[in-house]
Amino acid sequence: MQVTLWGTRGSLGSPGAETARYGGNTSCVEVRGAEGTVLVLDAGTGIRRQGAALPQSLRRIDVLLTHLHMDHIQGLGFFAPLYNPEVEVHVWGPASITLNLQRRLRRYLSPPLFPVRLRELPCQLVLHEVPCGDFDLGEFRISSMLVGHPGPTVGYRVATSRSILAYMPDHEPALGVHRFPLAPEWTSGYSIAAGADLLIHDSQYSIEEYPRHVGWGHSSLVHALSFAALAGVKHFVPFHHDPDHTDEDLDRLTAEAVAEAQPAFGLTPGTEGAVFVLDVKG
Amino acid sequence: MAQKEIEVILTRQLASYLAMPAFIVDPDGTLIFYNEPAESILGLRFDETGEMPLEEWGTVFTPMDKTGTPIAPAALPLAMALGERRPAHGDFYIRGLDLVLRHIEVTAFPLIGQADRNLGAVALFWEVHS
Repeated sequence: MQVTLWGTRGSLGSPGAETARYGGNTSCVEVRGAEGTVLVLDAGTGIRRQGAALPQSLRRIDVLLTHLHMDHIQGLGFFAPLYNPEVEVHVWGPASITLNLQRRLRRYLSPPLFPVRLRELPCQLVLHEVPCGDFDLGEFRISSMLVGHPGPTVGYRVATSRSILAYMPDHEPALGVHRFPLAPEWTSGYSIAAGADLLIHDSQYSIEEYPRHVGWGHSSLVHALSFAALAGVKHFVPFHHDPDHTDEDLDRLTAEAVAEAQPAFGLTPGTEGAVFVLDVKG
Repeated sequence: MAQKEIEVILTRQLASYLAMPAFIVDPDGTLIFYNEPAESILGLRFDETGEMPLEEWGTVFTPMDKTGTPIAPAALPLAMALGERRPAHGDFYIRGLDLVLRHIEVTAFPLIGQADRNLGAVALFWEVHS
């Protein structure tokens, strides 16, 4: 399994010299399997470059949306495979209590927010609603589960027989917890992350910033590190960086949090373009 | 270890902040949490009782009507909310694990999550001082 980060920023695209190294594009992660299956996790602005880099021969691609906040779908209208009639594009994402996935996506992919309507897209578009338990996509077994974030939001666990990726870009497991973390069974997202080889997880705030944002659906890096330790992951990637955090800020915040937590697992800051190859359970 | 559903986790977190006694059961009726205000009525800390199946908590608190006649577990508001997926209300007497007899009123409602998932039920209750 090869995992590539195409967008690591949270909330709002944040291009600029001060964010060039971590990246300014919003959430998008590509997952490629050894047998050729390609998944795209979220359709933030990073998906434009990701879609442009796909081989022309690809005939199916699956886009798995964690939720439908704008920073996770804004790039969808600029995803090249949507305009290729020879490609099957399967979009997976959560419905709400009152609207199915199609109607929720149409709120963005229709005028006045976007000139092209969902039904006008030339590709062979298939929509699937999650959570729907476990399902298989090519060589991947996907598990989705609702996690703590405002509105219907899922985390994804992508597994092969050799490796496990856990992806929760927007997640606030510490919400309402006096002393985080609680036991695993009472911790949001635990089942998605447990024992993962690679965890890509929300780390939007510093621990000093978090109290001003309780309930917004995001984690401090300190909480994310505690969550990763509870879940027993092998490697951790802080992700969904706050738009106001510069590269220098993120270097400093990461160094401080790691020095304090002394994690027993590896950590690589989530930078745009980073590639992870998971093949550890041979 | 299996993780609880997010709606259940958030319900427990809400309950842990409430001054109203709250009692949460899973879809099988197993008691999975009660908060500190409930501890003072039920007579024991949750950490001491732990999870408890319906048959056990439905009798261990010895629910009874005003004549002292035992109330079957299935007739309790929480069991009705769970079994019939509707709100239920009632008042009755319990003998807490501290052996004190108390008159309580209970309002129970089912926990129905995203995609119509049956996740259990919640009871809020008050001690009636007459």
